[in-house]
Amino acid sequence: MVYSVGFKDRVLETINGKKTRAFFLSLLIIIVVLLPLGVNNYVEEVMTNTFFYIILALGLNIVIGYAGLVDLGYAAFFAVGAYTTGILMRYGLNFWLTIPIAVIFCVIAGIIIGGPTLRLRSDYLAIVTLGFGEITRITARNLKITGGASGLVGIQRPTIFGHKLYQITDFYYTFFILVILAIIVSLRIYHSRLGRAWQYIREDEDAAEAMGIDPVKTKLYAYMIGAAFGGVAGAFFAVKMTAISPETFAFTQSAMILLAVILGGMGKIPGAILGAVFLVFFPEIFREIGQMRMLLFGILLVIIMVFRPQGLWPERKS
Amino acid sequence: MPILEVKKLTLRFGGLTAVNNLSFDMDENSIVSLIGPNGAGKTSAFNCLTGFYKGSEGDILFQGQSIFRQKPHKITKLGMARTFQNLRLFKDMTVLENVMSGMHSRTSAGVLGAVLRLPSQRQEEKKIRQVSEECLDFVGILDKQDRLARNLAYGDQRRVEWARALATHPQLLLLDEPAAGLNHDEKDQLVDLIRCIQKDLGITVLLIEHDMGLVMKVSEKIVVIDYGQKIAEGTAEEVKNNPKVIEAYLGKEDEE
Ligand SMILES: Nc1ncnc2c1ncn2[C@@H]1O[C@H](COP(=O)(O)OP(=O)(O)O)[C@@H](O)[C@H]1O
Ligand SMILES: [Mg+2]
Repeated sequence: MVYSVGFKDRVLETINGKKTRAFFLSLLIIIVVLLPLGVNNYVEEVMTNTFFYIILALGLNIVIGYAGLVDLGYAAFFAVGAYTTGILMRYGLNFWLTIPIAVIFCVIAGIIIGGPTLRLRSDYLAIVTLGFGEITRITARNLKITGGASGLVGIQRPTIFGHKLYQITDFYYTFFILVILAIIVSLRIYHSRLGRAWQYIREDEDAAEAMGIDPVKTKLYAYMIGAAFGGVAGAFFAVKMTAISPETFAFTQSAMILLAVILGGMGKIPGAILGAVFLVFFPEIFREIGQMRMLLFGILLVIIMVFRPQGLWPERKS
Repeated sequence: MPILEVKKLTLRFGGLTAVNNLSFDMDENSIVSLIGPNGAGKTSAFNCLTGFYKGSEGDILFQGQSIFRQKPHKITKLGMARTFQNLRLFKDMTVLENVMSGMHSRTSAGVLGAVLRLPSQRQEEKKIRQVSEECLDFVGILDKQDRLARNLAYGDQRRVEWARALATHPQLLLLDEPAAGLNHDEKDQLVDLIRCIQKDLGITVLLIEHDMGLVMKVSEKIVVIDYGQKIAEGTAEEVKNNPKVIEAYLGKEDEE
């Protein structure tokens, strides 16, 4: 036993070493970049889907992990992004120009939900965000401009430098680049004045306020940035699927993303990624066993949460 | 013009009047102590000054401007900093990160600056770090900057709170029982530190303290309250011999 303890320490030390980390990270990136050369469309599709959930998980991670807020309606932001792009493109706007507009609309949605509610206690906030998610979906269902219950179809594919994004491989790389960008943005914000402010508020809101930090404004930023992530993901989702319908943005969608973040370990980027990977891969791997797989999935989630309430990704100890 | 003017401040919690018609002034760059028996309303008065409690009546002027019922973060930005009677550190963050929080209201980099790593943002981050290190050096725990706040000895945790408050660049510093839990040597160092804060940094200090020796040593003026009301005000000598003060303290000790 003594040996195994020493061994475990050494393994952990090696894994946490800066050089080894950089090595494994490079290896991972190379594998991901080269993967489409050697696998079929199905695997690429699953991977692209995974990338998509990673972006959403990283966005929600800013809200619940970094700022410590609740959000049970995150799919609403992703819906606003997808619909904005879908509708504007129908009116002939270039896809790339719809992205900033989608982001602006999402940020406004973030302010609408956060502004009046952030003064509430977190249990009320949970209910309000849940309601907001449903209202967004139901609104999309009933408006003419969003195509009602059948949604928007025939959304154009975008082109970049004369190349039309069409095949699954195109979207594989597009979403992979988005994942990298999402990670960089998350990291940079986390290690900034704003990122620290979120930590201070999470640790002790009164003390943070005594240090001159405006808690409401700081939390609102989390909603706005999280919403922007959802908006970008939604815009790309719209052109990848070419069709969107209100049911894509149901509560189960919000729950999935939330689960990815909590499962991986809130506030940790590798955790959010791992959570998203797990969430997409598991049902795919156990496709054979049909409906049983969701039961198995549920049981596994409960087991993980009981034995690793802090999430899958190990906590850094100082 | 006094830096702080408290005018007929009253704070009620339901039926209880925690602060009752309290008035006093503080001169610029002075050291004033607020003393009184346990439960007299000292911390409540502090909380009114710093915006954590909204006073029921009266007014508070800071540098001539009313800060009555303002939000705490706005008051901090105006130049008033505080420490807490019970330590309120960001326990799972490093000592340096704790102190860096103080610079928040003196800096402005936003989301875009952080995402694009603009030169102005990087400059600001460097400045935040540098000022925080200076504050840690000032209170004498610069060597512990990378430790987690929770792993520090109690006396050093107190110092982190002082450094953090100083990092907000206050004109007025409010210390709520800073000597509580400190040993004899640490108390002596605290006396020196308070004097340095006044002389070298030019900061005005309002002190709540139970250690009478310490209070008598550093205060230029002492305000004594009991049951939320001011019962005496003056120099250490004047207050010490005031029969009301003696009675308030002796009376309370009988009860306890
Ligand atoms: N948030 C509060 N709600 C109700 N009563 C309070 C609150 N804060 C303080 N008090 C009461 O106000 C009185 C003064 O307390 P406090 O200001 O902490 O005294 P001191 O700091 O002088 O020991 C006490 O009776 C205390 O119980
Ligand atoms: Mg007190």
